[in-house]
Amino acid sequence: MIEWLSVALLVVGAFFFFAGTLGLLRFPDVYSRLHALAKADNLGLGCVLMGLALQADNLAAALKLLLIWPLVLAASAGVSFAIARRAHALGIRPWRKDAP
Amino acid sequence: MSTLALAVALFLLANLVVALIAAARGPTPADRMLMAMLFGTTGTAVLVLLAAAVSSAALVDVALVLALLAAIGGIAFAKRAWHAEERGHD
Repeated sequence: MIEWLSVALLVVGAFFFFAGTLGLLRFPDVYSRLHALAKADNLGLGCVLMGLALQADNLAAALKLLLIWPLVLAASAGVSFAIARRAHALGIRPWRKDAP
Repeated sequence: MSTLALAVALFLLANLVVALIAAARGPTPADRMLMAMLFGTTGTAVLVLLAAAVSSAALVDVALVLALLAAIGGIAFAKRAWHAEERGHD
C-alpha cells in the first residue's frame, strides 16, 4: 500500500515538473513564466520528497527529506517576489492578449 | 523501487535539457535567471532521487546546499545584478 502511494507520488511529482518546464517554454512574458516556475516546480518537488520520505529507512531521514520542502518554498517565494518587483521597476509590461 | 527513482531522475534531467533552450532564447536577463531557479528546484529533486536510488545519505545534504545556493543566487541577481541598460524587449 505504502509502496504504491510512494510510486504514485513520484509519478505525480514528475508530471508537475514537466508542467513547469512546459510553462517556462510556452508562456509569453517574465511574470507568467515566473508563475509557472514558482508554483508547478515546487509542487512537483513536494510530491517527490513526500514519495521518497514514505520509503525512508527511519523517521529522522524522512523528516530531513520533508524539511527540504519548506526551505525551498520560502526561498522560491522570496526570489520570485524580488525578480517580479525588479522587472516591474525596470518597466517591463505584463503581457496582454489585446496588446500589439 | 530504486529503478523508478532513477527513471524519474533521468526524466527530470531531460526536462532540464529542454529548459536550456528557453534560457538560450530568453529575451530578458530575468528569463535566464529563471533557469537558475529551475536548476535549483529540479536539481534538488534529482539529487534527492539519486540519494534514494543509491542509498547514500550524503546526497541529501548536497541537495540542501543546492537549494540554499539557488535562493541566494536569485536574490543577488534581483538586487544587484539586473540593471536597466541590459534590459531586453519583451
